[in-house]
Amino acid sequence: MNISHQNSSTNQEEHFDSIVIGAGMSGLAAAIRLAMAGQSVTVLEQHSIAGGLNSYYRRGKRKLDVGLHAMTNFMEQGQKGKPLGKILKQLRLRYGQLKLSPQKSSLIHFPNQKLCFSNQIEKLQADIAQTFPDQKENFEQLLEFVDHFNETDLNHQFIPASQHLSQIITDPLLLNMLMTPLLLYGSANQDEMDLAQFVIMFKSIYLEGFMRPEGGVRTIIQLLLDRLDSLGVKIRYRTKVQAILKSEEHVTGVLLQSEDVILANKIYSSIGSLESEQLADLPLRSRPGALSFVETIFHFEQRPSDSGADQTIIFYNDRPKFQYHCPATLFDPSSAVVCFPNNFEQDDGPEGVIRITFIANYQLWSKLSKNDYLNAKEQVKMAALATIKQVAPNFSATPIFTDTFTPMTIERYTGHIGGAVYGSPDKWRDGTTELAGLFLTGTDQGFLGIVGSLLSGISIANLHGISRD
Amino acid sequence: MSSVNSEIVGSEANKVRQVVVDILTEVAPDEDISCLKNEVALRDQMDLDSMDFLDIVMELKKRHSIVVPQEDYPRLESLNSCVEYLSPKFLN
Ligand SMILES: Cc1cc2nc3c(=O)[nH]c(=O)nc-3n(C[C@H](O)[C@H](O)[C@H](O)COP(=O)(O)OP(=O)(O)OC[C@H]3O[C@@H](n4cnc5c(N)ncnc54)[C@H](O)[C@@H]3O)c2cc1C
Repeated sequence: MNISHQNSSTNQEEHFDSIVIGAGMSGLAAAIRLAMAGQSVTVLEQHSIAGGLNSYYRRGKRKLDVGLHAMTNFMEQGQKGKPLGKILKQLRLRYGQLKLSPQKSSLIHFPNQKLCFSNQIEKLQADIAQTFPDQKENFEQLLEFVDHFNETDLNHQFIPASQHLSQIITDPLLLNMLMTPLLLYGSANQDEMDLAQFVIMFKSIYLEGFMRPEGGVRTIIQLLLDRLDSLGVKIRYRTKVQAILKSEEHVTGVLLQSEDVILANKIYSSIGSLESEQLADLPLRSRPGALSFVETIFHFEQRPSDSGADQTIIFYNDRPKFQYHCPATLFDPSSAVVCFPNNFEQDDGPEGVIRITFIANYQLWSKLSKNDYLNAKEQVKMAALATIKQVAPNFSATPIFTDTFTPMTIERYTGHIGGAVYGSPDKWRDGTTELAGLFLTGTDQGFLGIVGSLLSGISIANLHGISRD
Repeated sequence: MSSVNSEIVGSEANKVRQVVVDILTEVAPDEDISCLKNEVALRDQMDLDSMDFLDIVMELKKRHSIVVPQEDYPRLESLNSCVEYLSPKFLN
């Protein structure tokens, strides 16, 4: 038994220059770059499809996206020096292939105050001048500060943003409102955010803005898969890495759940830092992330904009101060991201859709019995419908389709411990780990979101995988 | 063609120029390469950063087995300087 098992695994031992663990955005981008540099690469993915946290699925005739509200970092074709332009060039994709549609406008919705923003910063500036007249100049100062900040420095240390920024934006309510979308779309820290991450998110959301590729996340994933295919890279689906193998202090390969071994000189892991440390049997230096979410997707026969709900995304908060931390209850309906995918310049959806996301407590979800779990999902759905009433009071349509996913769903399909969508609060910007030859890319390297994780995959592959001479 | 465009003379030099232009077309597929000026820095005419220069170097190696060490990257500044720097390498 033992002998035949050993035999079969030696027969299966293949060797690659690089292994990429995870076929999410960062893993796919890293694999493309490595293959472009002439390396032999294979991508190992536990799930049966690509995309990771931003994947897709089907329910009957309906095509759904897992995580797509909007892509950040909108740019017009031909604009120079933008992150999206860098990504397209590095992956050799053309702007037109994404079929991007910019947002209409979005809203930060607090109990007594609202701020509207679009892909033109002037709109937010004008709104602030009107709602917070004494902060008009401070906001201009903030724009200048952001403009001069070198946020992509890979050696940057954590600086708490709110403390630093309260010296520029002196009205705590305005600062809290401005930070709400940035925290929700890109902070792994509870109630706080790293200053460099603040600047990255500020530029991504307020200065560049939201957009949607026609066809949703499938369009992006398909482009990446086609690129990999043209470079001859194979993705192995349903292939879970069980251990990262090492000799002395350097990686040697991976052990799969099938017990097969694949050897490689370098491994790029997009599964998270703590997750990678566990697989490589390293000292655990990364704390688990505490932020997970529940999301409910409603489909309607009507479009929300027919009843006057024409915002693209509403960042809703009904407390005096927005709370961005793991709630003491299953989920926290006092704040929400409400996304209207129909409300981009081009509406390519066959039905009306609203997606509602609440912050959730993974621990509590993980303890539920099967029956309580189903009931809890029903509670989420009711709370989500109540939130729609708050933000789109005239839209009274009845959903014809509903689906809810929870921290358990996220953990099951993406492997992120605790369903932590933004990973560990500890980020390793230069991608290195305690183990030579093992590099982190994506979520726990620290660039978040679709555009962030693509950029992360590219940067880390360039930095550690592509020789400069 | 613009009249201020300093000419690249000689069939060999022109061939090298074309090699670089072909690579730029591949590296920056969204850009209009047809009106690049020979003497002006590529960075000032196109959206190129250090990551893209890495790609230009990668393509030179892949397509023509030409190795450009990192300290020589500045010599790829403009089409003129590319031709000047790369031509001897093509002859070898
Ligand atoms: C509900 C939700 C909404 C979101 N909305 C947006 C949005 O609107 N806009 C935006 O820009 N971003 C959004 N995001 C965030 C964005 O999806 C992520 O930041 C990004 O996709 C992370 O990509 P990644 O490559 O770093 O990691 P992942 O996508 O997590 O990739 C990791 C991959 O590794 C695989 N894997 C894990 N363990 C193993 C193993 N042991 N062996 C083999 N494979 C393994 C996983 O299956 C996964 O495919 C959202 C996320 C969620 C969950």
